[in-house]
Amino acid sequence: MNLEQLIIAGIRRSTAEVFSTMLGVELDVPDTAIETGDPEANDGVVSLVGLAGPWMGTGSVSCSPELACRVCSLMLMTESKAVDEEVLDAVAELTNMIIGGVKNGLEPDLGPLCLSIPTVVFGKNFRTKSAGTAEWIVLRFPWEGSQLVVKMCLTQAEKIHPILHAPSHACSLEV
Amino acid sequence: MEPDVLVVDDSAAIRKILQRVLHQTGMGIHHILEAGNGQEALEIMNKQKIGLVLTDINMPKMDGIQLLAALKAEPAWRDIPVVMITTEGGETKVGEAVRLGAAGYVRKPFTADQIKEKLVGILEPALPL
Repeated sequence: MNLEQLIIAGIRRSTAEVFSTMLGVELDVPDTAIETGDPEANDGVVSLVGLAGPWMGTGSVSCSPELACRVCSLMLMTESKAVDEEVLDAVAELTNMIIGGVKNGLEPDLGPLCLSIPTVVFGKNFRTKSAGTAEWIVLRFPWEGSQLVVKMCLTQAEKIHPILHAPSHACSLEV
Repeated sequence: MEPDVLVVDDSAAIRKILQRVLHQTGMGIHHILEAGNGQEALEIMNKQKIGLVLTDINMPKMDGIQLLAALKAEPAWRDIPVVMITTEGGETKVGEAVRLGAAGYVRKPFTADQIKEKLVGILEPALPL
C-alpha cells in the first residue's frame, strides 16, 4: 500500500470510528479524490490541524453550518441551532479525533508525528491554503443531504544537511 | 467525604462529555471539577482535595505529560490516580505517561463503557463508593 492509499484508508477508518463512537452515526462510503490547484471557496465551518515530524502537513474537516450544529447536538446531546462557541469546539474536537486517528495509523510507517491544537474558522466565501502544498487527498462523506469533507496533505520534511565545523573557519550553509 | 474528580481537557466539548459519562457510571461520582490545561489543574489542586484526575495530553500552556510529572513529583499528590484520555496512540507519549506513573490510558474516541471499565479497577480501591 502506498502513502496515498494509507492516508485514504486511514481517513475512512478514523472518520467512521469517530462518528460511530461519539455521534452514534454510521457514515456512508465517501467519494475520494486528489485535488490540486487553487482551493475552492468555503461557506461554513473549517477546522484545521497541523502535523509535524519526519512528515509534515495539515488535516482538515469542513462542513455546512447546519452539519456543524448537528455534530454538536449529537456529540453533546444538546440542541444546537446556530454556530456558536460550543459548536466550533465540538467540530474542533471531532477534527482532533479524526486526524489524530489517521496520524496514529500512519506512525508505524512514517515515524512519530506531532499534532497541533485545532483551529476552527467559520464564515462565508473564504479560502484556506496550506503554504507549499500542491496536492490534497479529499474524502467527501455524504451525510443528511450534505457533505462532511475530510482532507489531508502530507509531505516529507526536508532532510537536515550536516554542517561541518572547523576551527577558525567560517561555517558554510548548504543551500 | 468523597474526594472530587478533576477533568482536564482544552476542549469544553470533551469536558462536558466526560462529566456526563462520569455521572452515568453509577460509581458514586458526584462532584466533578474542570480545567482547560495543566496549569489550571494545578491551581485547582492547590485549593481542593482531588481523588482522581482524567487528563488529555495535547493541551496549551501545560500539557498532560507535564501535569502528570508535576503530580508525581509532589508527595501530597503522588498517589492520586491519573488517567490519560487522548487521541495520542503512539508509543512515545503513551509510553512516557506510563513511565511517569499514569494509572491508565483511554484513547479518543471513547465509549462510556470504556471509561467505566478503566475506572472500575482504578477507583475501587481509591474512592469510597
